[in-house]
Amino acid sequence: MLLLNSFIFCGIVCMIAQIILDNTKLTPGHITSSFVVLGAFLDSFSLYDKIIKIVGGGALLPITSFGHSLIHGALAKANEYGIIGILMGMFDLTATGITAAIIFSFIFTLVFKSQN
Amino acid sequence: MYEKEIKGKNNTGDNMTKEKYEKVAKKHEVKIPKTKNAIIAFLSGGVIGLLGEGIIELLCLFTHISRNSASSIMIVIIIFIASLGTALGFFDKLVTKFKCGLLIPITGFAHSMTSAAIDYKNEGPIYGIGANIFKLAGSVILYGIVAAWIFGMIRYLLGGNI
Repeated sequence: MLLLNSFIFCGIVCMIAQIILDNTKLTPGHITSSFVVLGAFLDSFSLYDKIIKIVGGGALLPITSFGHSLIHGALAKANEYGIIGILMGMFDLTATGITAAIIFSFIFTLVFKSQN
Repeated sequence: MYEKEIKGKNNTGDNMTKEKYEKVAKKHEVKIPKTKNAIIAFLSGGVIGLLGEGIIELLCLFTHISRNSASSIMIVIIIFIASLGTALGFFDKLVTKFKCGLLIPITGFAHSMTSAAIDYKNEGPIYGIGANIFKLAGSVILYGIVAAWIFGMIRYLLGGNI
């Protein structure tokens, strides 16, 4: 069931982005940035957590989940350390993705040449 | 002097008005197959989501790790595939075909970082790779953090616990 939900949720998010891309003059950069903001906004009401519970892995992949992890880690640390925790915990949950992306792109950049 | 000339009369010879130009431009505009694009984005995005959930379930099935660490490993695997694909060159072709289906998932984030780094590799390790690796992904991180900080402060000051 989670598999089907993942397919539908991830597909719908991508479809919305494609429809915005085709019907407005916004670039993919605008869309990904605003989707991150949207994800952070949804999680400030704990809505995205509920989506992850229903959908599973499919909700972790779209870029909206990046905004959700940022605010989620920040608020988790804020519960522990007070207002400074918002700054302490900002990268807690996204660290995996960002670190992996930096390391892999750096290694592959050193190894491979540009194709163009 | 040249300005006067241009203002005084149309030196190109034709009297193209704005309306006329728009008419001609519209005629030659490339029509985007919007419905087809939307369906392709839905299917390709869906396959990525399915792959993610599938990897999590397989990891949980064959190893005894928690679902949380399985999700982290899944994200690392997906980023690895996207980065390697971009470095080898075939991921760019897939992105032009599937567009938002691959740009909105975390694959788009990894793709933008690797392609920016590889494109500027010639300019050296500092002003090439270092300065440009976050060229496209930087905006996602910037606006994500600013938004998360603002919403987080509001939520914290309102006394909400997550």
